[in-house]
Amino acid sequence: MEEPFVKTEIRKDENIVYKRTNLLVDRPLSYCPGCGHGVVHRMLMETLQEMDIQDKTIGVSPVGCSVLAYDFMNIDMLGAAHGRAPALATAIKRLWPHKFVFTYQGDGDLAAIGTAETIHACNRGENFTIIFINNGIYGMTGGQMAPTTLPGMRSSTSPYGRDVQTMGHPLKITELIANLPGVYYVTRQAVHTPNHVRKTKKAIRKALEQQKENKGIAFIEVVSNCNSGWKMTPVQSNKWMEENMFPFYPLGDIKVDGKLVEKKETVVKE
Amino acid sequence: MGELRLMKGNEAVAEAAIRAGCDGYFGYPITPQSEVMEYLMAEKPHDRTGMVVLQAESETASINMLYGAAGTGKMVMTSSSSPGISLMQEGISYMAGAELPAVIVNVVRGGPGLGTIQPSQADYFQAVKGGGHGDYKMIVLAPASVQEMCDHTKLGFDLAFKYRTPVMILSDGAIGQMMEKVVLFDPIPRRTDEDLIKQNPWAATGKPKDREHIIITSLDLDPAGQERVNLKLQAKYRKMEENEVLYETLNCEDAEYVFVAFGLSARICQKSMDLARAKGIKIGLFRPITLFPFPVKPMNELGKKVKGMLVVEMNAGQMIEDVKLSVGCSIKIEHFGRFGGIIPTPDEVVKALETQIIGG
Repeated sequence: MEEPFVKTEIRKDENIVYKRTNLLVDRPLSYCPGCGHGVVHRMLMETLQEMDIQDKTIGVSPVGCSVLAYDFMNIDMLGAAHGRAPALATAIKRLWPHKFVFTYQGDGDLAAIGTAETIHACNRGENFTIIFINNGIYGMTGGQMAPTTLPGMRSSTSPYGRDVQTMGHPLKITELIANLPGVYYVTRQAVHTPNHVRKTKKAIRKALEQQKENKGIAFIEVVSNCNSGWKMTPVQSNKWMEENMFPFYPLGDIKVDGKLVEKKETVVKE
Repeated sequence: MGELRLMKGNEAVAEAAIRAGCDGYFGYPITPQSEVMEYLMAEKPHDRTGMVVLQAESETASINMLYGAAGTGKMVMTSSSSPGISLMQEGISYMAGAELPAVIVNVVRGGPGLGTIQPSQADYFQAVKGGGHGDYKMIVLAPASVQEMCDHTKLGFDLAFKYRTPVMILSDGAIGQMMEKVVLFDPIPRRTDEDLIKQNPWAATGKPKDREHIIITSLDLDPAGQERVNLKLQAKYRKMEENEVLYETLNCEDAEYVFVAFGLSARICQKSMDLARAKGIKIGLFRPITLFPFPVKPMNELGKKVKGMLVVEMNAGQMIEDVKLSVGCSIKIEHFGRFGGIIPTPDEVVKALETQIIGG
């Protein structure tokens, strides 16, 4: 005779190996399905929880897709005007030197309208962390050309592809930042595979830990996708990112402990 | 009684900020107000009180540094002059929207554009009517002496925190640059972080486990929510109008005519008043000290008693609009102004009174 079906509750404490951090507010994210923002939010909040610094952290959100980051991150936050997050963070960290301060910015915010604030905060060697999401497009306003849009890449304001002769070249602001003396740690990561997510989280931890040492800016670029803005499915966009974004924006550490990382020349064998 | 010193107006602002317990100053050099930051840097306020002073890369950065620091409840200020203040308008609008306290000093110079570095009052509209985008006001104080540059700095901080609002001190190149004796108030210690958190529960200071997280923003995408924000701001402005009006009258008791002037123009009108009185003209002076809230009621009362008013401004006629709105059309109200950095002489003001108001 068959055993009757018994419903067993498996959601017991001893069975749970991974759960959502309570530093993320329990509400749906405003990001498109497939977007990298949510993953970076989670990595950042998990790190704050693991370091137990929720009460000592003040975040600054930008204008762009992550304008509402403060609605999802369960910490005290300020919403900056477009591009001005590093100015806010500068003053906050100067007046609260024992707090952990970060900005969370997109490419339009950080590398176009906010270039001056970014460069000068970095050059002064302010002791906060910048998380920079680079998806090569203005997502929130509907897919316009960004300072990081690749040559030939289509957007709603470069519908025939970015012509560098008339529209200028994409700005590798991260490499530029790395050369400034006030900058202590610069790395470029991604979040499209579990392996990359783990590396990004490690970088976030390293950056936040370094704030205790007052050695200067820690700058983490995350090369991400924008499946909506790029008019692709999430899977297509990740593939496109690997094939097009990564060669132009190569992943890895650029500056560690205040020293530029020497580039390994890749020898192509015939 | 406090310490007596001979100081420039700009220096008095800086010294008053240190003494008021200011936590941070963020600024960018521009004539004719650069002495504010120069004085602060020379004074090493960090050694004196722990106050932070930082030279920013632009006025845009200064005002956003102010926004950041003010959002954490710190007592902060910036200063600039007209072109720099124009650059700050975005940030001021954001601060008004997010209800953040701060003091912003405008040592006005002649415009438009790069204009001149000489004194002017041409930023009245920008200061009083908004300046940045959206329906907002800020309290505007108009000092007429170096003493008031000092006193208004402290008063500015008090009002900024009382109403959680940016406060502008609308000075000019002459008041900023001239030296006068000033009685400095005794230093007030800076608030400790513990007191700051207790006194400003709205500030983003780091979320403890037992309270909700704090969000400082001027954004509310829901129209109904944004209308509520606006209604709240308007209610606050009505309270300021009820409680914070400041003005001064001189010789208005028997006056048949009055000069209406603020800041430096009021100083000139004092002399013009003496000259006119010597000629037998019964003239008084009405000086608004708060430009917003404007002294509507006292102006209206005065308008019922006198035959005419001459509004004297170092601009092409800005405050006169508020004077007319306050008094109505029952008496003659005319404007006399010099602009572009020219300071009117007491004699030409008397002549304007005689030709435009009495003989006109």
